[in-house]
Amino acid sequence: MSAQKPRTLFDKIWDAHVVETLPDGTALLYIDLHLTHEVTTPQAFDGLRAAGRKLRRPDRTLGVIDHNIATDASRYTGIVDPESRLQVETLERNAVEFGMPLIPLLDARQGIVHVIGPELGRSLPGMTIVCGDSHTSTHGAMGALAFGIGTSEVEHVLATQTLLQKPAKNMQVLVEGNLAVGCSGKDITLAVIGKIGTAGGTGHVIEYAGDAIRALDMAGRMTVCNMSIEGGARAGMVAPDQTTFDYIMKTPNGPKGEAFEQALAWWKTLPTDAGAHFDTVVKLAAHEIAPQVTWGTSPEDVLPITGVVPNPEEAADEARRAQLRRMVEYMGLTPGQRLQDLKIDVAFIGSCTNSRIEDIRIAAAIARGRRVADGVRALVVPGSGLVKKQAEAEGLDRILTEAGFEWREAGCSMCLGMNPDKLTPGQRSASTSNRNFEGRQGPGGRTHLLSPAMAAAAAIAGHLADVRDYQPKESV
Amino acid sequence: MQAFTTLTGIAAPMPAANVDTDKIIPARFLKSISRSGFGKHLFANMRFNPDGSENPDFVLNKEPYRKAEVLIAYENFGCGSSREHAPWALLDFGIRCVIAPDFADIFNNNCFKNGVLPVRLPREVCEQLMEDARLGGNARITVDLEREVVVRPSGEEIPFKIDPLRRHLMLNGLDDIGQTMQHGASIDSFEAKQQAAQPWLHG
Repeated sequence: MSAQKPRTLFDKIWDAHVVETLPDGTALLYIDLHLTHEVTTPQAFDGLRAAGRKLRRPDRTLGVIDHNIATDASRYTGIVDPESRLQVETLERNAVEFGMPLIPLLDARQGIVHVIGPELGRSLPGMTIVCGDSHTSTHGAMGALAFGIGTSEVEHVLATQTLLQKPAKNMQVLVEGNLAVGCSGKDITLAVIGKIGTAGGTGHVIEYAGDAIRALDMAGRMTVCNMSIEGGARAGMVAPDQTTFDYIMKTPNGPKGEAFEQALAWWKTLPTDAGAHFDTVVKLAAHEIAPQVTWGTSPEDVLPITGVVPNPEEAADEARRAQLRRMVEYMGLTPGQRLQDLKIDVAFIGSCTNSRIEDIRIAAAIARGRRVADGVRALVVPGSGLVKKQAEAEGLDRILTEAGFEWREAGCSMCLGMNPDKLTPGQRSASTSNRNFEGRQGPGGRTHLLSPAMAAAAAIAGHLADVRDYQPKESV
Repeated sequence: MQAFTTLTGIAAPMPAANVDTDKIIPARFLKSISRSGFGKHLFANMRFNPDGSENPDFVLNKEPYRKAEVLIAYENFGCGSSREHAPWALLDFGIRCVIAPDFADIFNNNCFKNGVLPVRLPREVCEQLMEDARLGGNARITVDLEREVVVRPSGEEIPFKIDPLRRHLMLNGLDDIGQTMQHGASIDSFEAKQQAAQPWLHG
């Protein structure tokens, strides 16, 4: 037998999950974990029902309610919006009918699907993980192959536990060196998207590597993998290492004892082999990354916080000029304006990108002993009930509420303009979410994407601010 | 799924890159539990004013584009959220084909599951088709999946390529779940092997 060709992390997980290869090269790929939520599943269950099909592997499927729900106390008295209520009740009914495990809305483990998977120890290295949600890429931080699918594909996985897939190309994003003070995984991912563009990763799976990635905790890695889709890649991943293994050991549902040791032996074989081929390699120097903020309506329109609003007339071609003019107009900006002078109405710390305990700790550290500026509404929305509980045990909720932040219940909240947490037309937000598209946080809303530290600093300053000027106070 | 063979119709010009799925259908309209009825919310934030009236400047509110069956756009069409409601909204409005230089991956997959054909053509060609589309009702474009050609109003034929398996499913309106279920025995044996090698996955 000849020596095997060096393989990437992606290649190894892919190879381990091919059930069959069809004559044209399409693979029937086995799916280890299928996460579901209320928005992208009702039509899939309808399809199963109409065809008389069953849910093949209830034990590999887990549902949670996250997109539609209010993040205030009203969830305890029932969902007000009738359409939202129907969608949630439909998921609950489908779970019973098809035998799908579902985390109830009022359960302590309820939360954003991409927070709870890793947190519970359900998302593990080497797995294939899908969900009807583009930010499924988040789970790649565990060293898994995780990607978003549409509702027809949800139905396909429910029925067969497989997907028909063509292999993706391999892209490596190498971030070397140390991150500067005030920077985080969010600044890395925004800088990467700024460099490769929103279609730069199309057709690829990105593996993030380099010592700046290794130095990130699991929350930071999840933030980076989460926004792979904003760079066009369906999946992003980080090779599992001791940081990953230590994280899994503390999860409630991760393998334990002998099973853990057995899993560990396999997980350690997963990292990319020396000499493995990447179709595309992108390099960034971590120390050159300054705190990032988006100014436009596409995640690639990102600048260091010290930057100014670009002048559309300086763009190379007319198509781009027209696009930039539209962005400047929609965002209510003036070319040449300093980003730090932009007054905000709302600061939102939350979403599947940045709502983990580490994100809330940094926000609280900056908020401690300071006050949210007059006229600014600042929300902190934990990613899950367990994150909320942990933050409260650490007293972070008190620090935040004393500083004037709202402390909310877990959910997708103001990321997507689907539940009661929305911007009103013309409002400007400093948001830790992942998309600054027109109307994403509510019709007419203006979104600036940034890190939790930067969002906390903006809440206090009342305008976009350089977090390096708002470092945690030594004592209060 | 409705089969797609050939289509001749009005093409609407949308000369923009990065048309994301939030633009195609904003999240607040994703609360329906059915697959139909999304057409009235297609491009809602651009098509309607805040008071609900039509924005007369938006292309799909102009004649003859109210009856458009093809959409011409630029790079990275369908980026962002994985919502299949985007192709459902296009289909429900009557648009069965989008022509652009490239498409975001998930949107591209979703289209093929619903009989909406995403046709990838170089930017220069899309610019020519954009000009054709601007001619309005007198300039119909034909998209022939059987022969894999777009026919311009001038009669010029532009070839395109679609993955053979997808083309087959689309031409015949086939549901791929039924096809996959024929591989049930392979899936069973994969699961048995995996259970032996990776028991931790099986609780």
